[in-house]
Amino acid sequence: MNPNDILAKAETLRNNLSSGFRDEIVKSLYAEAETIAQRAVKTANEKRYDFDQKIDRLVTSPLTGLPIMLLLLAIIIWLTVSGANVASDAIATVLFGFGEWARALFVGWNVPWWITGFIWDGVYLGLAWVVSVMLPPMMIFFPAFTFLEDLGYLPRVAFNMDWMFKKAGAHGKQSLTMAMGFGCNAAGVVATRVIDSPRERLIAILTNNFVPCNGRFPTLIMLATVFVAAGFSPALTSIIASGTVVGIVLIGVAFTFLMSWILSRTVLKGEASAFTLELPPYRRPNVSRILYTSIIDRTIFVLWRAMQTAAPAGAIIWILANVPFGTSNLAAAIAGWLNPFGILLGLDGIILLAYIIAIPANEIVVPTMMMMYMGAGMMVDGPSSSAAIFDLLVNGNGWTMLTAVNLMLFALLHNPCATTIMTIYKETKSYKWATLSVVITLGTAFLVTFLTASVARLLGWA
Amino acid sequence: MTNTKISLPTEHCESCPAYAQLEQMGIKTGDFDRVVALAGNPNTGKSTLFNALTGLKQHTGNWPGKTVTRAEGGYQFNSVKYKLVDLPGTYSLLSASQDEEVARDFILFGQPDCTIVVTDATALERNLNLVMQVMEITTHVVVAVNLMDEARRKGLEVDTRSLSRDLGIPAIPITARTGEGMSTLLTTVSEVIEGLVATKPLRVHGTPEFQKAVNELAPMIEQIAPGIPNARWLAIRLLDGDTRVQKALSSGELADIVGRQQRADVHFSKKMSVEGRQ
Repeated sequence: MNPNDILAKAETLRNNLSSGFRDEIVKSLYAEAETIAQRAVKTANEKRYDFDQKIDRLVTSPLTGLPIMLLLLAIIIWLTVSGANVASDAIATVLFGFGEWARALFVGWNVPWWITGFIWDGVYLGLAWVVSVMLPPMMIFFPAFTFLEDLGYLPRVAFNMDWMFKKAGAHGKQSLTMAMGFGCNAAGVVATRVIDSPRERLIAILTNNFVPCNGRFPTLIMLATVFVAAGFSPALTSIIASGTVVGIVLIGVAFTFLMSWILSRTVLKGEASAFTLELPPYRRPNVSRILYTSIIDRTIFVLWRAMQTAAPAGAIIWILANVPFGTSNLAAAIAGWLNPFGILLGLDGIILLAYIIAIPANEIVVPTMMMMYMGAGMMVDGPSSSAAIFDLLVNGNGWTMLTAVNLMLFALLHNPCATTIMTIYKETKSYKWATLSVVITLGTAFLVTFLTASVARLLGWA
Repeated sequence: MTNTKISLPTEHCESCPAYAQLEQMGIKTGDFDRVVALAGNPNTGKSTLFNALTGLKQHTGNWPGKTVTRAEGGYQFNSVKYKLVDLPGTYSLLSASQDEEVARDFILFGQPDCTIVVTDATALERNLNLVMQVMEITTHVVVAVNLMDEARRKGLEVDTRSLSRDLGIPAIPITARTGEGMSTLLTTVSEVIEGLVATKPLRVHGTPEFQKAVNELAPMIEQIAPGIPNARWLAIRLLDGDTRVQKALSSGELADIVGRQQRADVHFSKKMSVEGRQ
């Protein structure tokens, strides 16, 4: 007896059965379930159910569904942007102030310059930047997001966006994984397990990076606040800045659709499969659990991860900036070498170098970049206000609006962080797909920034 | 930190046998006496129940499919140590998506001492399909009718006794969020495991000719994979032309899975429950 005998036997037996035997079984299963349920459940009134349905009629209507969704997104981002600015400034003042004080102490003790520099201008500065840039947005964004998740809103989003994903040849549940990507792309990639079809799951995995994760939000928020909103009156700043971030997010979603569409017509050919998605009842969110999940599990976890990469990154930047090379130092040399390519993309050499150093975690791009602009060696104080950052970048380093816009686009589109790439490899068990995820995103980022830079220059805007 | 310990209602119960200590053991599942699996449709509160019993912080969220891997934790009840396995939510055990497979493989081959099927009291009919499929595989099943508070708010009255009688297995009303019904549930689980409560799961047999075919095929499967616990169910799947089961059989994976699941991938799952994040 071997397995094939059994399979053959099953085959013969199956062929001898009358054709409808499968339906018979399923039918009797359902009929049985129905009778049992009817016997066990008594219905009095369906008042609350009606209320749920009324809300659902609004939030999933073809007319009002999408606008409500956009409004909720805008509110969350506005809360994050306006709250984060205040808190970031406060935290930055405290942390940079402490660094300066400690540095002075070290100088007073006659500690060798390179120890003082390495610790306070390198490692500590990297950490201080990451905490002040990242912590505030996360403390606001994560609870707000978890609130919507607990309430039961996410499946409604999937419902609203299903037709768009279908047009793109992708699975409707991709909007769930996309939503998880706002928190962390690696988490979004793992969440794609809810998608049954391997083809559509791969599409969801490869495009997840086009929604900015929490590590990249601070970059977008800072640039939107410092540059785009700079020309407006202070009262409007947070609204303009959050509008910009919403715009960037929407561009990311557009790229998700575009790339899904391209993939489902090339390497991952196929039609979107049908699926059922339950709209769960709205449940009153549990406040203590929201706080626990969003603060401990999400914020602290992400921040800790960022700090682990920020400390060595700070050290590397300091070393690069203090190793002499030719007339200048190593950091300047590498940045100078990358510069022509950076300019082509509407960026510059330092930004590209920052991205290379920040491959382990996107969170540290802005800190890395700022530290290099300031020249870690001479660094005494971190600029804690938007005006100071604006001055440093524009007057000190020749930034234009094009640089800011292209950096936002680049932050949105470029390659996934190392953790996400690893997760993609683990989920697909294939170097090919992991590599492709980098090629697709990086290729898109280069292409798009190159195009915007060229167009802007042709039209004389930059 | 809100460490939500559930307090079992003690006012009236100190004299009754169900009055017992629940001790959350978190991930200390190293040596346990019993294995209990948590199955159920998506979004019925499996993870909430899991967290309440183990004291762990598995992410919960109000959307179907939140749990895509299985997590493990432990609890101690009446000084018996239980390992609790939280499975991804599934509507059936027949499809081939990855999360359904995780659930199915475990119930099939992991041989839990008892499987709790968590159901949504407000959508019982749909939930019963899965209950009946689980009952096809194993006799040690307890139905936890969760979200009783929500059902009451909606004006639904669920008669768990009638449910229990019809299904042939215990059905316990609970509200995992508040801890209501928890001690009855745990007592029942232990009684089912010890054989103090006999279960006679309702089984849908299909036509007589189908029954005959199943009876012919099942012994053959037992012969090729000795010790396989669910030959009958596998025979049904083969007759149905389930490609996944066919593949598992011809590649010898079936025998492997039996071995692997019994060896307990506690190792893997421990890591999962520590990370807890998805």
